[in-house]
Amino acid sequence: MGVLHMRQVSRVLSTYAADVSGVCSALYEMGGMVIMHDASGCNSTYTTHDEPRWYDMPSLVFISGLSELEAVMGDEERLMKDVGQAARELKPRFVAIAGSPIPMMMGTDFRGVARILERRLGIPVMGFSTNGTRSYISGAGMALAEAARRFCRDGSRLEAPLGSYEGRISVNLLGVTPLDFSTVGNVEALRETFLSAGFSVSSCWAMGSSWEELIGAGRARVNVAVSAAGIQLAKTLREQFGTPWVLGIPVGRELTRTMAEAVERAARTGENQLPVHLSAADEEGKGIYVVGEWVWAMSVRFSLIRDYGCRRVKVICPLESGDLFEDRLLSGGKELAAGVREAAERESMFLEYEDQIEEQLKDAALVIADPLYRRILPRDRQADFLDFPHEGYSGRIYRKEIPVFIGEGWNRWLESQRAFERL
Amino acid sequence: MIQLKHTDMAGAQVLMKDAVSLSPFEGGVEYASPARGPWNIVHIGTLVPESHEIFMCAQSCLRGVVLTAAEMGEKAMDRFSTIVIQERNILRGDLEELMIEGVTDILNKLPYRPRAVEVFNSCIHDFIGCDLDFVFGRLRQRFPDVDFTDCYMTPVLRKTRFAPDAKMRQQLYTFLKPAPVEKKSVNVIGNLTGFQEPCELVSMIREGGWKLRDICACQTYGQYQKMAGSSVNIVTNPGALSAGQALEERLGQQLLYLPLSYDYEEIDRNMEAAAETMELPLPDLADLRRRAEAALEQLAEQLGGMAVALDFNATVRPLGLARLLLSHGIRVVTVYGDSFIPAEEADFQWLKAHAPELKLRSTVHGKMAAMPRDEAAEYDGRLLAVGQKAAYFSGTEYFVNMLEGSGLYGYEGMIRLARWMAEGAETRQDVPSIIQVKGWGCCI
Repeated sequence: MGVLHMRQVSRVLSTYAADVSGVCSALYEMGGMVIMHDASGCNSTYTTHDEPRWYDMPSLVFISGLSELEAVMGDEERLMKDVGQAARELKPRFVAIAGSPIPMMMGTDFRGVARILERRLGIPVMGFSTNGTRSYISGAGMALAEAARRFCRDGSRLEAPLGSYEGRISVNLLGVTPLDFSTVGNVEALRETFLSAGFSVSSCWAMGSSWEELIGAGRARVNVAVSAAGIQLAKTLREQFGTPWVLGIPVGRELTRTMAEAVERAARTGENQLPVHLSAADEEGKGIYVVGEWVWAMSVRFSLIRDYGCRRVKVICPLESGDLFEDRLLSGGKELAAGVREAAERESMFLEYEDQIEEQLKDAALVIADPLYRRILPRDRQADFLDFPHEGYSGRIYRKEIPVFIGEGWNRWLESQRAFERL
Repeated sequence: MIQLKHTDMAGAQVLMKDAVSLSPFEGGVEYASPARGPWNIVHIGTLVPESHEIFMCAQSCLRGVVLTAAEMGEKAMDRFSTIVIQERNILRGDLEELMIEGVTDILNKLPYRPRAVEVFNSCIHDFIGCDLDFVFGRLRQRFPDVDFTDCYMTPVLRKTRFAPDAKMRQQLYTFLKPAPVEKKSVNVIGNLTGFQEPCELVSMIREGGWKLRDICACQTYGQYQKMAGSSVNIVTNPGALSAGQALEERLGQQLLYLPLSYDYEEIDRNMEAAAETMELPLPDLADLRRRAEAALEQLAEQLGGMAVALDFNATVRPLGLARLLLSHGIRVVTVYGDSFIPAEEADFQWLKAHAPELKLRSTVHGKMAAMPRDEAAEYDGRLLAVGQKAAYFSGTEYFVNMLEGSGLYGYEGMIRLARWMAEGAETRQDVPSIIQVKGWGCCI
């Protein structure tokens, strides 16, 4: 037998939304039809816990209803027949099919299925080899990037060469899903923050933008990836249109200003920017730990250091953003390779398992994380915890408590918290 | 984003006169409505007192169950742990070791020792050929003071072998150990909530000096184990029939199948069978029937022609309920359900003959995602839904939040249902906030 990873046990912690949910969430508003190739369960999990738009904003997201017999026989014809019938009846703009654990074991060739269906239906069909063992970052990332590859064509190339623009710099916001930003006003605040800083927002991938705005993404001067789920898309648009990217969320006064400068610099030089990367000297003593999605956590860390003068602020990322940096981003974004690697390795800890995180937080002065992480601290240390609900982790449970954390909204929220005095 | 303008319901709706079988819709890709009241296997598993649930599956599957527990609160989370299967485990085939060591690790770290542990395996275990006998043998060796049972989160088997829900109801009772027979003790098996009282069946049993035991009422593991001594098991839900059969085979408890019904003759037959098995005097069934008739007539008057829609989550026999209501002058216009159990065949035929324009609507057909949810508007908003899915799809504000019969049984159940429907027709409700709650009524 191989090496056993006992850290795969969770006694008190929850789990993040999975890759298949990430695909659905990313493509939700594009007018396509998304099929989760699964027996049952993935659909109710997604629509109940991962998708706050489900009740009021209809979208064609379905499950294939895979059966044991089809799994054993490797029968993909029934899937294609059912998807074909639904597509003919409902007339989506495109079809996307994403997998769950059983298709992985069956060895379903999602790209092959997509090719056959595309020929049969005469509309674009995308296949995603998700398998339910990775997080939404992976699924949303691949879905957004593939949508850009398929639909953002030459017609949306830059209209003017870099550096010679006039008027406002236009930006695309990349990696915007409810899993990271919920539906409580953060998406609107993101747009407003960039508008207030003097930019125009060409598109938002993928909440609140029309199809025409999305497929015209190549016209923007700069792409701003506001989550790890937007990184693959940033890289894709860089390859397609040469658009430079900026990575970070405008969280708090200082980072909002710094990001605006970074966008201007990216537009001027054509070089990628990582404003959230803030080197700090190694210091001994109890630290503040920000636990969550990497881009958000790094942005919060920046604010804590620059807006409030905090020291020893560490990031713990339990998601697979590390793999993204190692495997995908670095290979495409050479300009920032060293910086990203440094940020990932020095300022962040990519800890996936409960006992690793528990061990790290033993000496924390303050933990900022989703409320479901509270249980990892002993009862007598609950004051050392600041709740920051994250839809991608606790789903809908604390949605009403998710703050608007963009721009100075973050400062107002943080300063209203009892734990603020512990910073 | 799509617009709600798809009004061609062909394939997702059929008129009763055109329905050809109890499964009137073609299969295809499936929609999931946000009505989440029915209990899932996590909720059902909590019915064993002092037990701990351990789920072992991939991240995508874990997410649904762990948040089910989290939504139930701290106490539920204390009784819940997980082991995540990763890609490497599938490639290595080390599920047995992961399961044994994972459960061991969890039990060693828990601040208390559970009396019983439900270990849920997944579709992956089934396909990879995980040796569950070996796993549970080893766990029982390591923890002789803990009872273990195997539970299943295997939706891939739902169309070919067993539905996870029915299997879960069966596994709930596998902890019961052979015990001396207590002659005048009877269990109710497989229901998720107790009978609503008054209930003529419950009264008859108690007045006859019998003890009525139900897992829903057990507060301790000891009380639960007392169920092993009962001489008779009553099953009213078809989904629990296999649980009753398994107990009859394993513990020798006589199975008494008294299915939930809205048919007077069947209700009488159920009561007579119970009376005969337990040697009990029958109550005055004719009087009970008269009272039920009166309640239904009064309900018809109170509704004054208001449209009614039912669904298959409200009761396992929605066609039977539709027949009962229609035959008392109540205007049932739609039944939401995707297939109906064989016991509904007679009601199906009756409705074809007597209510040919009654609509049957699927709840999972792809078109249901794009259909305007405005059926209530056709009746100026005056539509009473019985069941969460009927409320959701019809867009009404008037509804009875009934799930799986909600413990209503027999004539007294009909009388109470009539009261609930009359109240529901008079009260506007915040439907979205009610129907999106998972596992309605499940609390720890």
